[in-house]
Amino acid sequence: MILYILCLILFCVGLYGVLRKRNLIKIIVGLGIIEYSMNLFFVLLGYRFHGRAPIDAQDHAILNMVDPLPQALVLTSIVIGLGVTALLIAIAVRIYEKYGTFDITKINRLKG
Amino acid sequence: MTLIVKTITRLTVGLILLFGIYIILHGHLSPGGGFAGGVIVALSFVHLMLAFGKEVAAAKVSKNLTSNLESIGALMFLGVSLLGYLGGTFFLNVLNKGTPFKLMSAGTIILSNISIGIKVGVGLFAIFLALVVLEGAKKGK
Amino acid sequence: MDQSNFIPLFVIIPLAAAFLISLLGKFIKWFSDAAICVSSALLLWFSVYAEIALKSSAQGVLIYKVGGWVPPFGICMVLDGLTTLMLIIVNLVSFFVALYSLKYMEQYTDKTKFFTLFSLMVCGMNGVIITGDLFNLYVFLEIASIASYALVAFGTEAEELEASFKYAIMGSIAASFIFIGIAFLYGFTSTLNMADMARVLSLKSQTWVIPMVTVLFLMGFGFKAALVPFHAWLPDAHPSAPAPISAMLSGVLIKTLGVYALIRIFFNILGVTAAYLSILMLLGAVSMIVGVILALSQWDFKRLLAYHSISQIGYVVLGIGLGTPLGILGGLFHLFNHSIFKSLLFLNSGAVDYAAGTRDLKEMGGLAKVMPWTAKTSLIASMSISGVPPFNGFFSKLIIILACIQKGAIAYALCAVIGSILTLASFMKVQRYAFSGELKEKLKGIKEVPWVMRFSMVGLALVCVLGGVMLLPHLRFILDDAVGVLLQGRNYAAVVLDAALK
Repeated sequence: MILYILCLILFCVGLYGVLRKRNLIKIIVGLGIIEYSMNLFFVLLGYRFHGRAPIDAQDHAILNMVDPLPQALVLTSIVIGLGVTALLIAIAVRIYEKYGTFDITKINRLKG
Repeated sequence: MTLIVKTITRLTVGLILLFGIYIILHGHLSPGGGFAGGVIVALSFVHLMLAFGKEVAAAKVSKNLTSNLESIGALMFLGVSLLGYLGGTFFLNVLNKGTPFKLMSAGTIILSNISIGIKVGVGLFAIFLALVVLEGAKKGK
Repeated sequence: MDQSNFIPLFVIIPLAAAFLISLLGKFIKWFSDAAICVSSALLLWFSVYAEIALKSSAQGVLIYKVGGWVPPFGICMVLDGLTTLMLIIVNLVSFFVALYSLKYMEQYTDKTKFFTLFSLMVCGMNGVIITGDLFNLYVFLEIASIASYALVAFGTEAEELEASFKYAIMGSIAASFIFIGIAFLYGFTSTLNMADMARVLSLKSQTWVIPMVTVLFLMGFGFKAALVPFHAWLPDAHPSAPAPISAMLSGVLIKTLGVYALIRIFFNILGVTAAYLSILMLLGAVSMIVGVILALSQWDFKRLLAYHSISQIGYVVLGIGLGTPLGILGGLFHLFNHSIFKSLLFLNSGAVDYAAGTRDLKEMGGLAKVMPWTAKTSLIASMSISGVPPFNGFFSKLIIILACIQKGAIAYALCAVIGSILTLASFMKVQRYAFSGELKEKLKGIKEVPWVMRFSMVGLALVCVLGGVMLLPHLRFILDDAVGVLLQGRNYAAVVLDAALK
């Protein structure tokens, strides 16, 4: 139970980073923290009491394993996070070329 | 980069590539598979670029080659899934599922892993190349 | 089973087209144009065929088990009434937009990459519509979203990059809210198949999980649909994209990723109660009023259209939030109509931009003399969105207002009428400033747009004019099937699982 609450605290740390930091790169890092905390939460959901890793091996009998389905889903989610981060970094580099700054309070030409 | 880094890179970059290929191929037996193995393969190229500079790495795997290989990887994956139509449904596992725990078991999973490994590895290196080329073009102005 | 073999093609065709264009577009010059035309036409043909195949099937749903795995152990693709309506909307609009962008994207740098991303976005949207599995919906939603982030920044001007950055950050946080919701639902029901989850949820007792998941999904999908507290990204992102992408984003993306996913999960899986419906109605009404009031002061053509998108999605959510058969019919019909006339309006603004080079309403004037086709289709679209008879917008707005009065929510009906009047005022301003009046000096030399772009605009305008025939008894079954799917609520589980295990 305490582990789930720690995951949500990590989510709030990332959210603080996205909302309050002014540097573009720090916002991207905050978004990364949000995504990884959610992946961690999902993997933790699969824990079974006294379970072992869900790898089928020749010498072990099939005893209680933890749930392997969240692990497969989180693999996909990590790659989605990778794709978004790569896109955001490319956009941030181009923004630096056009605006000359990484400060988000100065990048506000779109108004109204 | 200094001589120490260059020497160690020359010794280890091939081993990193081999390790990445091992993880891709044994995806159905141990943790890993296409994504994780692909990232390690990409990291071997990035290691080469960090130690020796952009030109050496780009000479080994040029930008055109990465772009083409990425599309070929995706089309291979689509092809593997369309192979299932031979058996009746989309994405069916049609190849021979041999004895478990051997390398050549579990049908089409190994082909899917290989195509995803190619795509992710080459794709991640292409992202890195694009960002480095952008940086170089900006500094050159 | 033979009858439903064509269902994966909705995902296979755009995916194959995207990567073939990316590979061969560099070597063969005309390949990208030909491939995108062929794939869009094939998808449109298959979506019409899906409607016919569904009508002639025995159970009323068509199930396709991916990989031969029986649900709930595997992913299944479900084709029912709501799915076919959304498929027709998405593929019709993307066909016309693909034709339009053959000529429009000549002024940008790289058409090959554009068509790759466009195909990936269509693949993602089709995947969201046909899937029957909740995590599969999340994956396809992310595919379509990431393609749209890249497409908004396609021109790489300063403002486009800023808009795309804001849209990408906010969109990723919204997607992570959806992911938390899916994680909670998986932990509670230990299954991911939508039908099985509905069955398990109707057997378990009410706990705190269902309201929490409802709020999380409202936040996540409400962002994608641009409902009012979450609408701030839309006026920046939609004008910055190239005009065909604005048409796709405003016309189909906010509908499939936002409204369709929201109503599929709320009505069929979680099961609506009166409290949730009243929240939907409130959000819809607030979106209507806020969107149209903020649009009154805009002088940028595309930004004005983007604010009107917020307002019209408010109509759709209000209609569906009523929960009565007439209300849901009005909401879904307005969904169809809004895709058609909003994409047409964005394509018009793109045509004006292509010919005259400006988006500012104060700099335009008298374009009707030099661009007759654009002016006529723009007039048709403006009358449709304002709800002037006999165009299609009038019928759907009338049905929504009648359904509000029928349920007794007079205040919401009044909001809808006020929103409609203000929309009419706003579009009269557009027509007067852009198309009628005196032709300005510097605009005297412009010509009408090429015939491919004209063909797309005329095609969409024809669907606008003839849209009312969807309510005639022959074609009414398309909408009635969709309404029936939503009204059956959690019975969806029984229908789908029954058809899947056959």
